[in-house]
Amino acid sequence: MRPYLCILGARFRVQLQYRAAALAGTLTQLFWGLIRVMIFDGFYRSSTAVHPISLAQVVSYVWLSQAAFGMLPDRVEPELRDMIRTGNVTSELLRPIDLYWSWFCRCLAMTLIPTLMRSGPLLAVAFAFLELQTPPGAASVLAAAAAFAGGMLVSSAITALLSIGLFWTVSGDGLTRLSVAAAYLFSGMVLPIPLLPEALQRAAALLPYRYVLDVPMRLYLGHIPASEAPMHLAAQLAWLLVLVAAGRGVLSRGLGRLVVQGG
Amino acid sequence: MRDAFTLYLRYAAISIRSQLEYRASCAMFAAASFVISAIDFCALWALFRRFGSLQGWKLQEVALLYGMVNVSFALAEGFARGFDSFETMVRNGGFDRLLVRPRSTALQVAGQELQLMRVGRLAQGALVLFWAAGELDVHWSVARLALVAAAVVSGACLFAGLFVLQATLAFWTTSTLEIVNTVTYGGVETAQYPLDVYRPWFRAFFTFVVPLACVNYLPAHALLGRGGVFGAPAWLNWIAPAMGPAFLAAALGVWQMGVRRYCSTGS
Repeated sequence: MRPYLCILGARFRVQLQYRAAALAGTLTQLFWGLIRVMIFDGFYRSSTAVHPISLAQVVSYVWLSQAAFGMLPDRVEPELRDMIRTGNVTSELLRPIDLYWSWFCRCLAMTLIPTLMRSGPLLAVAFAFLELQTPPGAASVLAAAAAFAGGMLVSSAITALLSIGLFWTVSGDGLTRLSVAAAYLFSGMVLPIPLLPEALQRAAALLPYRYVLDVPMRLYLGHIPASEAPMHLAAQLAWLLVLVAAGRGVLSRGLGRLVVQGG
Repeated sequence: MRDAFTLYLRYAAISIRSQLEYRASCAMFAAASFVISAIDFCALWALFRRFGSLQGWKLQEVALLYGMVNVSFALAEGFARGFDSFETMVRNGGFDRLLVRPRSTALQVAGQELQLMRVGRLAQGALVLFWAAGELDVHWSVARLALVAAAVVSGACLFAGLFVLQATLAFWTTSTLEIVNTVTYGGVETAQYPLDVYRPWFRAFFTFVVPLACVNYLPAHALLGRGGVFGAPAWLNWIAPAMGPAFLAAALGVWQMGVRRYCSTGS
């Protein structure tokens, strides 16, 4: 366990150097959130029908998703990409630790740390001035906390899988881009999942992306009652196991066909 | 002037040829750019399906706004993205090389890279624009078609101006400021929806500070036969696109100021 914690710690110190970038990121997220809230507000004011999620909940959903934006699996780990491109990956192979978990930790650090740095100030502003709701009860708080932690792991497993896919350069790049597009739509980042048309909601249910953002956020809002949390957390765990197993499988096949030329 | 134009074409040809060396990945990036921008339209369509209308605007009318702004942005990204990597050029002293050449620096920076992958967003935006144009109950006279073209080109000028301003900041900070993305990407997101839905301060920002409304929202009003906007006379809608080139010209003026105070970082 210790070497993995060391990797996380070292990555944490690297990321802390980019405090100005974190501040700029927070401001950008605030601006985007404002645009999205005004658009949803416009749509809700144009219609008198009852919708599957209320405007107040949508507003909170937007602010949570802006705060958790860093959790979205929307890129590969840049250093892994460079290592695979340049052939430096060979030095990774020499380390006496499990390669998959050490890469998983890198991906986790890449998602976890910027999210922690950026979400705090944004959530504070959203609570104080922008009508971010508090969860309906202690059970929802606990369920959401567990689901956000799980979502972070699912997101890292997706990032790890995509990064490993870069062993197959061109097709790996293509898969990454497709996955990023799917992540935006099916995690609830573009639209809250309950507002999607039926067919797309069914597609979202079959994919892991909603367990990264949508499910944790709706548990927080109480839109998914805390009593249903165990079922969703179990599904999230199942996805995590599947993604980890897939990542390990792809990694061992990638290493099997890896050829690095001269030094 | 003609000389500058030929030079830009030469730059573009070199850039395209080098990207075509990697055909598969080039095609894939373009396809991905298509899919990613299609997701935005998918969201817009899903919202209209559920809510019916947006403050008196129909899906087809909003699609017109969406198509115009996305085509504009894709053009600007394609032709002026060289400004995006400008900070590296300042940091590693590469800009010195451009300064010793007897041609405009802005032209040389713009010509650094013409990104073929932007074809994806361009195609997606154009598809939506054509679909909207066909669906709308508008008589497409020569004047109206000319106005669409003017608005699209003017929008491209506006976004190019923003890229130039973002790059110009690098003269002072040696790193481009990410925060400018809020008005470029954020501007695209904003202009995809009618300006009526936003708060007055926000509307004023995108009309008077970054004149996005002039290249998108106002001409769309003229095309749809709606009257003047926010109490302004209707004829303003027809001449508003002039703001795009004016903005680009102003941005290039600031760029010249930056070039004059440029001090090389060394090797």
